[in-house]
Amino acid sequence: MAKVVVPIGPQHPALKEPASFTLFLEGERVAAANVALGYNHRGVEKACEQRTYIQDIYLIERVCGICSHSHSTAFIQAVEEIAALEIHKRAAYIRSVIGELERIHSHLLWLGVAGHELGFDTLFMYSWRDREIVMDLLAMLTGNRVNYGINTIGGVRRDIVKEQADETLKAVDVLEERTKYYIKVATEESTLIARLANVGKLSKEDVVRFGATGPTARAAGIGKDIRHDDPYAAYTDVTFNVITDDHADVLGRTIVRVKELMESYSIIRQLLKKMPDGPISVKAPRKIPEGEAVSRYEAPRGEDFHYVRGNGSEKPERVKVRAPTLANLAAISHMIEGGYLADVPIVIAAIDPCFSCTDRMLSINGLDKGMESLMDWESLRNYSIEWYKTNRGIDMNKINALR
Amino acid sequence: MQIMERTEIILNDLCKAFSFLEGHANIQRQRRIFAEIPDEKRASIKEILRYLRDNMKFTFLCTITGLDIGDNFQVIYHLADDGGILINLKILTPRSKPVIESVTSVFEGAVFYERELKDLLGIEVNGLPPGRRYPLPDGWPEGQYPLRKDWHQAEEEGAEKKS
Repeated sequence: MAKVVVPIGPQHPALKEPASFTLFLEGERVAAANVALGYNHRGVEKACEQRTYIQDIYLIERVCGICSHSHSTAFIQAVEEIAALEIHKRAAYIRSVIGELERIHSHLLWLGVAGHELGFDTLFMYSWRDREIVMDLLAMLTGNRVNYGINTIGGVRRDIVKEQADETLKAVDVLEERTKYYIKVATEESTLIARLANVGKLSKEDVVRFGATGPTARAAGIGKDIRHDDPYAAYTDVTFNVITDDHADVLGRTIVRVKELMESYSIIRQLLKKMPDGPISVKAPRKIPEGEAVSRYEAPRGEDFHYVRGNGSEKPERVKVRAPTLANLAAISHMIEGGYLADVPIVIAAIDPCFSCTDRMLSINGLDKGMESLMDWESLRNYSIEWYKTNRGIDMNKINALR
Repeated sequence: MQIMERTEIILNDLCKAFSFLEGHANIQRQRRIFAEIPDEKRASIKEILRYLRDNMKFTFLCTITGLDIGDNFQVIYHLADDGGILINLKILTPRSKPVIESVTSVFEGAVFYERELKDLLGIEVNGLPPGRRYPLPDGWPEGQYPLRKDWHQAEEEGAEKKS
């Protein structure tokens, strides 16, 4: 039998962002898989070197639309360490509250995407409806649904007042009730379990071998969580369980994520109850001294790693970002290989990939010399009309005339 | 055991196993060890990583950072253990002929990190498995390494001049 090669991506309905997977099939089984990335590279690291630290907070926040707070917190923690800034406890608490709300929204978003990939669209509708509760909370507390802009060097930019804390606690109660239902679905619903068990296996040994992180690692029984191992912000002041599971497959990753939601609710309650009074920021210098620091942050997808080097000026010498998806990608081929083609979308989705994070940035300006030509809107439109006329025999100009 | 004590013990163990690190390694704060590998011992990076992985439980390579520091490029390997302790190992490679050895035989997950060094800084990585480049696009012009300090992006046509 001839080997069949199926390209998935760079643009594909099963992918929420561009990435390219080349699958070599033997029958319905995937014999080998190649991963190609970089379609979202935007050159953020270079751009950071050309901007001031204050500008960089907002640039770094835009590395990812889902875990924006993770990136900005990881970045400013490194900067604060270089500048030897001690932030107030209240600021640390607020950072952690926002961080946990972000985790809740991200995990609920993932649950919806996973449901959709499985053809379980009811789950998708339920979890995205519930996610709106936490999105409203984030909007209330920070002013924004995404890219919250709450972090600044030396603290946070907005306080949480009592009324807001009460609202948050009320919403958390509602979310907790809903999450109990999701845990029931993930652990008891027989169709879901039948669909997810033994799909996308990644054993404990393979997690270590490929360097996977976050829920992907915890679902294989590895209790690695930066909040616990290398605590930052206010995580030294709260107690929580590091959720692990022994399934080592997509089912395990689902269970870990829904159970982690319960821990996040508990963390938020503890933080809001214990939140100390005091100012929310300290004055930070514009020029950050020479030095270097590494900051690690448990993002919803796993460890977010930032390295910053300062040179005594207003602009950093170097900013390095390693998002959790890049750490998890080395394992993806291994998870796909040997499985069925029909399982590929959910296996990819199960690492909760975020390719914008992974690739960071590209400026098209630098490409000018290498690029043959750029099409403007009108010529692209004309080209497509012409293409349909010659290749499909459809004359779009007739429709055009109706416009 | 206090975390600072544990960090010190790990630093001591590391220096004991590789005596040339004596005086080149320090603790920046709890859980953070930085070590500069002397230039003549640059080739031993793989051996150190393997030792850390097999004998000291540093099983997770967080990432590899490349920096342009003038006449040399600096490459930093960030390794973590399960207790949240991080060892940052630095090596140098000359700008005139930047070459390092691949560590993918020790940490398979390093492949994307090493491709980044190659694409963005132009560091040649010996022993890197074949595969598509990352993260720059296929049509990217030869010899353009964006993270080098002397690389500047072209002015955007029609863009307002920045003061």
